Amino acid sequence: MSGGLYSTDSNEFDKTLDLTKIKPYGDTMNDGKTQVSFTLPVAKGDEAIEAAKQMMRKMGFENPQVVYVQELMKGFTFFNCYGNCIHTVDFTGITVPKVEATAMDMHETDDFIKENIGRSIRVLGASTGSDAHTVGIDAIMNMKGFAGHYGLERYEMMEALNMGSQVPNEEFIAKAIEFEADVLLVSQTVTQKDVHIKNLVDLVELMEAEGLREKVILICGGPRISHELAKELGYDAGFGMNKYADDVASYAAQELSRRLNK
Amino acid sequence: MRSKLGLDFKKVGYAKEVSKRIADDVQKFVDNYSTVAVERTLCRLLGIDGVDNNEVPLPNVVVDVLQEKGVLSEGVMFFLGNAVLETGLNPQEIAEKIAVGELDLTTIPVHATEEIHQAIQPFVIKSIQVIKDRKAKRDNYLNTIGEGAKPYLYVIVATGNIYEDVVQAEAAARQGADIIAVIRTTGQSLLDYVPYGATTEGFGGTVATQENFRIMRTALDKVGEEEGRYIRLCNYCSGLCMPEIAAMGAIEGLDVMLNDALYGILFRDINMQRTIVDQYFSRLLNGFAGVIINTGEDNYLTTADAFDEAHTVLASDFINEQLALVAGIPEEQMGLGHAFEMTPDLENGFLYELAQAQMIREIFPKAPLKYMPPTKFMTGNVFKGHVQDALFNQISIWTGQGIQLLGMLTEAIHTPFMSDRYLSIENAKYIFNNMKSIGDEMEFKEGGIIRQRAAKVLDDATELVEKIEKEGLFTALEKGIFADIKRPKNGGKGLAGVVEKGSNYFNPFIELLHKK
Repeated sequence: MSGGLYSTDSNEFDKTLDLTKIKPYGDTMNDGKTQVSFTLPVAKGDEAIEAAKQMMRKMGFENPQVVYVQELMKGFTFFNCYGNCIHTVDFTGITVPKVEATAMDMHETDDFIKENIGRSIRVLGASTGSDAHTVGIDAIMNMKGFAGHYGLERYEMMEALNMGSQVPNEEFIAKAIEFEADVLLVSQTVTQKDVHIKNLVDLVELMEAEGLREKVILICGGPRISHELAKELGYDAGFGMNKYADDVASYAAQELSRRLNK
Repeated sequence: MRSKLGLDFKKVGYAKEVSKRIADDVQKFVDNYSTVAVERTLCRLLGIDGVDNNEVPLPNVVVDVLQEKGVLSEGVMFFLGNAVLETGLNPQEIAEKIAVGELDLTTIPVHATEEIHQAIQPFVIKSIQVIKDRKAKRDNYLNTIGEGAKPYLYVIVATGNIYEDVVQAEAAARQGADIIAVIRTTGQSLLDYVPYGATTEGFGGTVATQENFRIMRTALDKVGEEEGRYIRLCNYCSGLCMPEIAAMGAIEGLDVMLNDALYGILFRDINMQRTIVDQYFSRLLNGFAGVIINTGEDNYLTTADAFDEAHTVLASDFINEQLALVAGIPEEQMGLGHAFEMTPDLENGFLYELAQAQMIREIFPKAPLKYMPPTKFMTGNVFKGHVQDALFNQISIWTGQGIQLLGMLTEAIHTPFMSDRYLSIENAKYIFNNMKSIGDEMEFKEGGIIRQRAAKVLDDATELVEKIEKEGLFTALEKGIFADIKRPKNGGKGLAGVVEKGSNYFNPFIELLHKK
């Protein structure tokens, strides 16, 4: 496309890193270079390309370049674009809530539980609501675990029970009482139109009504879950992408110890 | 055929014989039982459709009453035939009267068996004709406008709104897709009824209803005519309404159905007796209607280790093949599933994948094998994901797979955007064209990694089917032989809907559907 394969534009901007004003980085500090792709519901043509450029400017990009244009079907056109972002972020002012726990491996966690709790921790897990996917809860709980991280069932000091998928919240709570769970794990994998949020909130409300909420450590997990979101929804912790059984186990053990040894 | 892998075809033949005995043993059980889903399917085939004032589908209304009165063991054909004889009404009119409480099938005087059979016969014949006509319509398209080359490009649409799905499907078809699968809304597999009418709300997919089938079929026929290529439609013949979906699909002209004998047992905790009886009747319908079934073995390895447990996939393919043959499905309609979801970090993982794909190809030479890259290892790194999908596309064209379920670079992030589908189709078309004849050019080194891997998986699978034959399939499932998942024979969902056939039970469809 036009726009110059190798731009000879002069780079008249400050190239020193200032953490109070960071920008995307392409190959030069503060160049703001960003790649964006999107589809517009219009037919391919010069007007469509101009619309994409205007869209880029409104998104905060200078020097928008439309490098690839493809009509997906009549009336829908796909764009790959590059631009220089005009916005900055103050990195020094950022605080993100994090799960408070030191990461331990399986043996360290087992030893920690023996020393500080002196009995097995009882963990109940399920993929709740309409979610039929067990891949998340299985990765955390099953003996084999995932990507070399053993699941909770393999821990000597954990009694882990995985209820599988599509478990109604009511059934989950009933089982938690019967099982005398210390820790509840709720997995939400597939979600559309934020159905997982409603389901997660419903569980908290039901547990509060049953007077159970404060008696257990309540954890949720899934690809769309962050710790911050989990706290907002009334959970003790949340685990998202790239978190494994070790992370969940370390947190559960340390948090239970904190509560029991107050 | 000469094996490129040096496979021992005597061993393959032996494993298939063992698997046939496993399937025959299961069939002995199936022959004596029916289920609420099978009986509702018969209602649908006889033309019963619609819902009552409480939105309950009429097939459920008819079957529920008989079950409540404890007489479902005699079957709906018996009661409806008797009612037709007594009232002169057709099955739909009878169902409507039952729904408003004006008719009780169990209090009608019972006529002679022979007369009952004769009374229902015209409706049975008509139903068979509807399905035949549908099949003829597809055959006519294939003979006139034709179809895409194999591997068929299979993509999903999953907006939750059937009308939005139509837009997505049209775009995909114009980009080159051969099969459009409308993903079902989360949780539908556990509903013991099929919802009614066109729907615009769903979670992670769109409700499978007969009206939605019709809307999508009509749209794809239009696009297919314009593009000069027949576009196949796929849905999910699984869960508690497995045979009903098969009937709806046969009537509305679906071409491909996910239809696994064991999947619901393992992954949806549906009772095994229920599923085994349901899968038989659903497969009879799919076989007769010319529908390609897709089996779900690739899912087994989402929970178990893909490298160590690869033989369980082959063993299940062996069993699924034999259960399909019992139900009259020709090999050309068996989209046996396999994909081994091995971690991309595995050294020589591509070689193992290639070995296994070629092995399955040679063991099931006529089947339009269903091949699929792993969702499990998609990470959110869309760039790497696109490369992973490309590697699977290479194996697919190399080993002559039948149906390629296209991976999407954004898998594990969201249901596909229109542009995601475009990029995946472009990826597959590029590779399928650029590497078209590689399979004819390449052979595998004697004693090399690939030949050894294929031989090992076949050996292990053969041992496993031997073990399953000894135990029986039900006991094997109880012991957790597949996917590390254990299911009790009397546990799971839907067991209450299983009935032993009584002395008046008859189902003329079984014989008619077996005849082609």
